[in-house]
Amino acid sequence: MTAEQYRHAAVLAAIWAALILAPYWMPLFGGYTALGSRVLVLGLGAMAVNFLLGFTGVLSFGHAAWFGLGAYACGLTMKFVALSTPLGLLAGTLVGGIAGALLGALLVRRRGVYFAMVTIAFGQVFYYIAFQWSSVTGGDDGLRGFARQPLDFKLFQIDLLHNDLYFYYFVLVCFAAAVGVMAFILGSPFGRTMIAIRENERRARFLGIPIELHIWIAFTLSCFFMAFAGALYALLNNFADPRVLHYSLSGDFVIMAVMGGMRTFWGPLLGAVVFVVLQDYLSSVTVNWMSFIGILIVLIVLFFPRGILGLLRQRRTA
Amino acid sequence: MIKRLDFGAMDRRAVVKAGAAAGLVQFAAPFIVAARGEAPIKIGVDNPLTGTYAAPGKNEGVGIQLAVDQLNAKNGILGRQIELLTEDSTSGDAGAAVQKARKLIERDNVDFLVGNVNSALAQAMAQVSNEKGVLHIVPGGHTDGITGTNCKWNVFRVCSTTRMEANSICPLLFTTYGKKWHFITPDYAFGHTLFDGCEANLKKLGGTVTGNELTPLGITDFSAYLIKARAANPDVLVVLVQGNDMVNCLKQISQFGIDKQIHVAGTQQELEPVEAMPAEARVGIWMFEWYWKQAAGTPGLDQFIADIRKRTDGKVPTARTWFGYVTIHAYALACEKAKTIEAKAVAKALSDMELPPEIKMQPNKVYFRGGDHQLMLSAFVGELMQKGDGDPENLFKVNHIVSGDTDAPPVSETGCTMQMPA
Amino acid sequence: MLQLTFFNITNGLIIGAFYALMAIGLSLILNLSGVINFAHGGFLVIGAYLAYTLRPYIGFWGALVVAPFLTALIGLAVERFLVRRLYGRDPLYSLLLTFGLAFIIEDGTRQIWGANGLPFSIPEALSSPLSNEFFFITGYRMFMVAMVAIVVALLFVLLRYTRIGVRIRAGTLDLETVAALGVNVRALRSLNFAVGIFLAGLAGVLAAGQIGLEPTMGDGLLMPSFIAIIVGGVGSLTGTLLGGLLIGVASGLTAVVFPSASEAVIYVMMAIVLLVRPRGLLGEEGMLS
Repeated sequence: MTAEQYRHAAVLAAIWAALILAPYWMPLFGGYTALGSRVLVLGLGAMAVNFLLGFTGVLSFGHAAWFGLGAYACGLTMKFVALSTPLGLLAGTLVGGIAGALLGALLVRRRGVYFAMVTIAFGQVFYYIAFQWSSVTGGDDGLRGFARQPLDFKLFQIDLLHNDLYFYYFVLVCFAAAVGVMAFILGSPFGRTMIAIRENERRARFLGIPIELHIWIAFTLSCFFMAFAGALYALLNNFADPRVLHYSLSGDFVIMAVMGGMRTFWGPLLGAVVFVVLQDYLSSVTVNWMSFIGILIVLIVLFFPRGILGLLRQRRTA
Repeated sequence: MIKRLDFGAMDRRAVVKAGAAAGLVQFAAPFIVAARGEAPIKIGVDNPLTGTYAAPGKNEGVGIQLAVDQLNAKNGILGRQIELLTEDSTSGDAGAAVQKARKLIERDNVDFLVGNVNSALAQAMAQVSNEKGVLHIVPGGHTDGITGTNCKWNVFRVCSTTRMEANSICPLLFTTYGKKWHFITPDYAFGHTLFDGCEANLKKLGGTVTGNELTPLGITDFSAYLIKARAANPDVLVVLVQGNDMVNCLKQISQFGIDKQIHVAGTQQELEPVEAMPAEARVGIWMFEWYWKQAAGTPGLDQFIADIRKRTDGKVPTARTWFGYVTIHAYALACEKAKTIEAKAVAKALSDMELPPEIKMQPNKVYFRGGDHQLMLSAFVGELMQKGDGDPENLFKVNHIVSGDTDAPPVSETGCTMQMPA
Repeated sequence: MLQLTFFNITNGLIIGAFYALMAIGLSLILNLSGVINFAHGGFLVIGAYLAYTLRPYIGFWGALVVAPFLTALIGLAVERFLVRRLYGRDPLYSLLLTFGLAFIIEDGTRQIWGANGLPFSIPEALSSPLSNEFFFITGYRMFMVAMVAIVVALLFVLLRYTRIGVRIRAGTLDLETVAALGVNVRALRSLNFAVGIFLAGLAGVLAAGQIGLEPTMGDGLLMPSFIAIIVGGVGSLTGTLLGGLLIGVASGLTAVVFPSASEAVIYVMMAIVLLVRPRGLLGEEGMLS
């Protein structure tokens, strides 16, 4: 292996080591296991947005719609169909992903701000449906009445509900699976094509690449990942409420992606770590945490648009 | 055969404690009242301090802080000082509130959880507190389910249920104003149940509903709904919206002159929105869950008002302040009664516990009903005043005080089947 | 029923006029500088709070004139030191910048003026309705519509008949050429931004009379402004005006038949427009690709 490959492997190993051992080193800094689970779930969401934004160059500012759909579908399945964690996850992912596929087909001819605004519009429509259809979704009170169930492996059970540690590792396994699939796709010829589209759409078109089809596929995949993250979120909270569909959450995901590094793979996770932990810490310490977060966003946008990882990469290659 | 896997949770805790002992836990210290002597009792508050619900959340916090300071000055609870940890649940999604609740319970090991103003967040938190077996009092989250269909052995609530509110004021509205009512109802669970309660009362009294305008939460312009209401020609316009919506609606009602043609009334009213209204918008008959201006000689009242004024640059306490105050004192009293802070014992002690005069600060018996853990607080029914009666801060004239026992439906009608743990 | 419908259409136009005021300011900034100003609602709030603070000294009318100017000055500073650096970059960044700015403004106003709402009444002279029948057409709302009409007229005159106006319009179409022609594009953009923010501040003062004055009051008005722009057509101010009126009427009419959807309907409208005729009613093709 070349030095580059060694370094790459070492970085990967470090990342996974940190994630696996998180429940042990987090408390040393005032963290707690549930915080780690939240970071993973939101990080996955940020990576899903980045799949579209960073690698295909398409800005979706309403991606929380799929996140929320995943959460509600998971919760509704567990509440009305069967109390089963894997089923809930599957249902959430499928519903959100399929909805994304359908709506994506309508969107692909648009670009730029149009695209972003339509996604916001869809998200808000779902938001209002979740609010008004209160007999099913619980409306503003939120969807309750379900909780993550133990995983039953016939020989033994893993209690996910009462043991946060087990749930964290469950989330980590799910995260690893999703991330693995994502990495695989990005490394494949399809992934290369996505990047080509991002770099120069017109040239890609002249090369005969069916742009709309690729964007639709990328969008759909991104929605599947997002819905998966949403379903995990519902399991994390044992709850789903309409704000999980609101555009402000979409904004949070985009900020995480940008903060960590839009054009990198692990950037959004890093962005999620910073954003979630910072918000968690700051909101305990000061009532003015919104100002601090706002200032941070402004500074990042002005001075570190490539995000943390982007900055590190620049330093190295410079 | 099913075997539960347990990867030695105790070992992990030992490692964590060693690290914590290195003092690094202090790195992320929330608002803490310094502990003295024995290990302090930790109370965790998970309430909104930012966003739409910041105003009531902050006021509850003021009441909570006052109670904690008072108790700490007098030897705390069972001789132990109280350490207050406050987290901002934000007014946003349940995820943040649940996160903070877990943080308070798991990382900070609170003995008692308080919150939330927002009903959805309160219920989400109740799931967590119930899961972990921590005593939980909801000072100001109104949805009926908290002490109704979703009642839990460890959850108690201070503020009214919507049914209590409807029952307290509807008979008066009917006899005073008339039988045709038109409603402006916020389109969420709180609004729906409030409307149901009013409708049930109205039907029983023999009146009619001329219409029910369901308004989206957070809407700024009520003109379309007011046009419809006016066209229906009711005797009473019943305004059920709350908070900022209440301010917007009443401002527009007074500007349109509707209050001069139709009687305006509602159920719940609070000082926070009233203080945000210009004088001409202060119209109608309402109920408050607690009001500061009462008969002279009410025990504890003058001192309470004075203490709160000192802490808020001269403002009077609101019902929210009182909710927070009662929450902490009720917990303290229950612990003293049970002689322990163990959750199940305290819950038992709280059930059917009556509040002493200087805490309840109102006539009528005020107690936590055992069957559903709902506080039987009184309803202060009266009218808003455009000009204060000599006192510029007195914006509401209380006409009578209905006891909680009178206006609360029996436990059997709340849908609560309380399951006490073994 | 007919009268109800008529009333609601008229009322919808009044509401729509207000949306249009917000949306036009937003549109100005978007057209020339390509900046999606998520902080527009925040500037509305600033305008409202400034008016509240100034009112005891210079009265309602004085505050109505001064507060928007002060807000515009703040907007100018924001443009000079923050937004200016982002011209030429992906519109994502200006969107995020203003997103962060909105946080800061909300928290700042809460810190300075408190979380609880503040009472703000309309002047006595404007407080009565036109008649008993048309109770919803109050003097104040007529005044608001009049203000919007004046502003739109002034803007029209500015853009069509003054040199600066022509430059702004030219810049909207092709900024590079305008710069090449020797126009001080920087100053042009700053001025344009300031005008947009002035309108937001003015909207804030007007709003404070109608709705409660508190830190989050701008939140519910931001999205309708975006939608007005999209529906009416990006790049066209007349379109934005039309868009605002349209969504006002749509919202009002929906309140008659299906009240709880009166807010959702404008999102549905936006989605339909974006899918069927993305440039909006009067917009120009390809403005935002």
